[in-house]
Amino acid sequence: MSHVIDRRLNGKNKSTVNRQRFLRRYRDHIKKAVEEAVSRRSITDMEHGEQISIPGRDIDEPVLHHGRGGRQTTVHPGNREFTTGEKIARPQGGGGGQGAGKASNSGEGMDEFVFQITQEEFLDFMFEDLELPNLVKRHLTGSDTFKHVRAGISNEGNPSRINIVRTLRSAHARRIALSGSSRARLKTAESELQRLRVEQPDNFGDIQALEEEIVKLRARIKRVPFLDTFDLKYNLLVKQPNPSSKAVMFCLMDVSGSMTQSTKDIAKRFFILLYLFLKRNYDKIDVVFIRHHTSAKEVDEEEFFYSRETGGTIVSSALKLMQEIMAARYPINEWNIYAAQASDGDNWNDDSPVCRDILIKQIMPFVQYFTYVEITPREHQALWYEYEQVAESFADTFAQQQLVSAGDIYPVFRELFQRRMTT
Amino acid sequence: MTATEKKRQPLSTGSEWTFELVRAYDREIGRIAERYALDTYPNQIEVITAEQMMDAYASVGMPLGYHHWSYGKHFLATEKGYKRGQMGLAYEIVINSDPCIAYLMEENTMCMQALVIAHACYGHNSFFKGNYLFRTWTDASSIIDYLVFAKQYIMQCEERHGIDAVEDLLDSCHALMNYGVDRYKRPYPISAEEERRRMKDREEHLQKQINDLWRTIPKSASKGGEQDNKRFPAEPQENILYFLEKHAPLLEPWQREVIRIVRKIAQYFYPQRQTQVMNEGWATFWHYTLMNDLYDEGLVTDGFMIEFLQSHTSVIYQPPFDSPYYSGINPYTLGFAMYRDIRRICEEPTEEDRRWFPDIAGSDWLSTLKFAMKSFKDESFILQYLSPKVIRDLKLFSILDDDQKDELYVPAIHDEPGYQQIRETLAAQYNLGNREPNVQIWSIDRRGDRSLTLRHQQHDRKPLGNSTDEVLKHLHRLWGFDIHLQIMQDDKLINTQHVPPKNEVEHDGDYPRLDLIMPPI
Repeated sequence: MSHVIDRRLNGKNKSTVNRQRFLRRYRDHIKKAVEEAVSRRSITDMEHGEQISIPGRDIDEPVLHHGRGGRQTTVHPGNREFTTGEKIARPQGGGGGQGAGKASNSGEGMDEFVFQITQEEFLDFMFEDLELPNLVKRHLTGSDTFKHVRAGISNEGNPSRINIVRTLRSAHARRIALSGSSRARLKTAESELQRLRVEQPDNFGDIQALEEEIVKLRARIKRVPFLDTFDLKYNLLVKQPNPSSKAVMFCLMDVSGSMTQSTKDIAKRFFILLYLFLKRNYDKIDVVFIRHHTSAKEVDEEEFFYSRETGGTIVSSALKLMQEIMAARYPINEWNIYAAQASDGDNWNDDSPVCRDILIKQIMPFVQYFTYVEITPREHQALWYEYEQVAESFADTFAQQQLVSAGDIYPVFRELFQRRMTT
Repeated sequence: MTATEKKRQPLSTGSEWTFELVRAYDREIGRIAERYALDTYPNQIEVITAEQMMDAYASVGMPLGYHHWSYGKHFLATEKGYKRGQMGLAYEIVINSDPCIAYLMEENTMCMQALVIAHACYGHNSFFKGNYLFRTWTDASSIIDYLVFAKQYIMQCEERHGIDAVEDLLDSCHALMNYGVDRYKRPYPISAEEERRRMKDREEHLQKQINDLWRTIPKSASKGGEQDNKRFPAEPQENILYFLEKHAPLLEPWQREVIRIVRKIAQYFYPQRQTQVMNEGWATFWHYTLMNDLYDEGLVTDGFMIEFLQSHTSVIYQPPFDSPYYSGINPYTLGFAMYRDIRRICEEPTEEDRRWFPDIAGSDWLSTLKFAMKSFKDESFILQYLSPKVIRDLKLFSILDDDQKDELYVPAIHDEPGYQQIRETLAAQYNLGNREPNVQIWSIDRRGDRSLTLRHQQHDRKPLGNSTDEVLKHLHRLWGFDIHLQIMQDDKLINTQHVPPKNEVEHDGDYPRLDLIMPPI
């Protein structure tokens, strides 16, 4: 009589929707917890989720139940020393003693509801309010890709797109409209004829006249076509351009002697954050690492962050190299270009105006966004002030901020990419 | 000993299970169950993974349910507990349906699978089929269909009216779910097909009824007066959700339908809430009996038996009241002990048993046991069968906690003068009518401000819990107009709560009311 069925291969995530509903309902709580977590934990360990805790009373589902008080008699097991009629001091507070059985009916009695969210969800919450400026500005030109989107019903179109239901509906409406009065007259004429035939069968004149009218009306009704070209309705499709989904991110970093490993670590976290952020918005992302001291070099990630160099600093070398790479490999009609530069602010003094010129003339017009972070607790140096002029000319696409410690990264990051109200 | 050992031909020796073995064990257990003439629905045994078990767990045992955040909450809590190893998953989930669906978890050993088969597929299954509450109040053959219907309907509502609107409505319904059952009236069996067919008619009919109730146009002048002054409803209504479905003035037809769904599901679970001790005790009694028979026939090894006994013992462990693990009486323990004792009373009655149970002492144990299973719910089962021996074995005692006294009082313990009292107190403890506050709909103000008045009849001065306000807010959302909750002690009104809150105290009923209908100028 028994059937044994293997269900192990069935979907196991039956509760996913319910889980999402839960997260949706408590998104404010979760967001707050995520923000706290982001400022607390180091950005290199973004690979795991987060434990969220919500005050228990906030998520209790209310039901009508008995509270404490009144006269309650309960039965308990495991009596040791009590005898009938004995009086016992009422135990204070918790201490799993008397009345615990009742208490368990009225909820879990836990103060905090704690659960885990995944990394995906964590990042979603983290990036929620942020939006890269000018995110979908560039479209592919020439070989544009488009997608077709339905846009209602039209009177003209390709035969293969005929919407049969709408067509027949409008044909029906037209037939009613055009033949309505004739039908009404036909009806009265027919009943009149019926009456005459019964009541005055000899009145041939009137009967004949009526019969002629009926024939005429029938013919008129018949002349209204079942389907007219006027009735045809078509599904309308419009083309929408697909925004480019490719982005390249340039990471520029000073590796001169003045940059310590801890400064580089801070820079790294900033780059990682930017990378994670781009990854959520673009299908394909290239990352170009350029490091520089007195000369610039394109390197791989490992070398970028961990090899040690010494010597002076010429920032313009990195900007020049970036410009060359952009021109050679990343045509701006195909790529969204982002750049992030990190430095401790040191530069060879005569070089700073050069940097400004390269930025203003050769880089800024082509990039979506350029961020500069200065990682130093000290006073600003020449480069910062030159960059301020860049910021003035490109207020929408250029931003610079100062970082002091790892704890500053996220607030600064948020500020740089704060969702802008597009006008 | 050597003779029996020679006879032994166990079905399996290792702890790994295979589908063949599951079938073989099921066949043997089924064969032995037939010997006891256990009447069951056909079994559908489904093997699932731990994740799937958590899913099943989260939807409170329904094989499929509509979407709601509270199930997500259950899921997260279960998942967390399980991943940290704080709790094991339930060994089994069994669904009162025809065929009876039981879940086996992949991770379990062969012994555990056999235990679950005996417990769920023959124990619970025969209880579902036999017990009078289940027979009259639920319809095992149609529940799955109905749940599918409910899920689809609520999904459609979400698409049409938005997730938030449906979620708010469900929240409110869930808050009142325990007040959505008919306690004494037998409900119509539910059927998805029927529901779908009748839904349209019902919508129209309902709306008409409501319009009638809330008609503000005066009827013919002669009739008017006295009829309108009658209280409506004429009798207090305990099924609050039903009342809302039928009479709430502002609800859309789809909202009434959703209330109906929640109500029907509450009704489906109602027998389970009333037969916890009996149901679990019955299933435990049978897994214990069936597994021992397997052993006696030499079909399982000693190791298997030791593993079985180990988990059986932990299932029926009852921590004493002062243990940190104590959280009330373990229904498995109590039920198992009671069924075992009924069997003992039948087979080896003592003088005491003959005094307490003259009818069953010495009778045929199997038919007595089945009669007990079929004809009672927890409350009456305990009242009928809790024997002095069980009270002594569990060392039951009662505690009277009166908030007007400084000390707790022990009215009865497990001794001769105390047995009867313990039995009555414990039975009352399982009476849902006592466990849940007695709150009923008292009246609605049809011609005035349309407010709804509830009455809470206090029992032993037990107050309502602290989430009452929230529940009233939910009720307010469904009803659409003011809610008043009157707290009664016997016939005395001691307090009234209002939602939305009221500043000045009103004296209800002291003044003759005027109808608020103004003649048109």
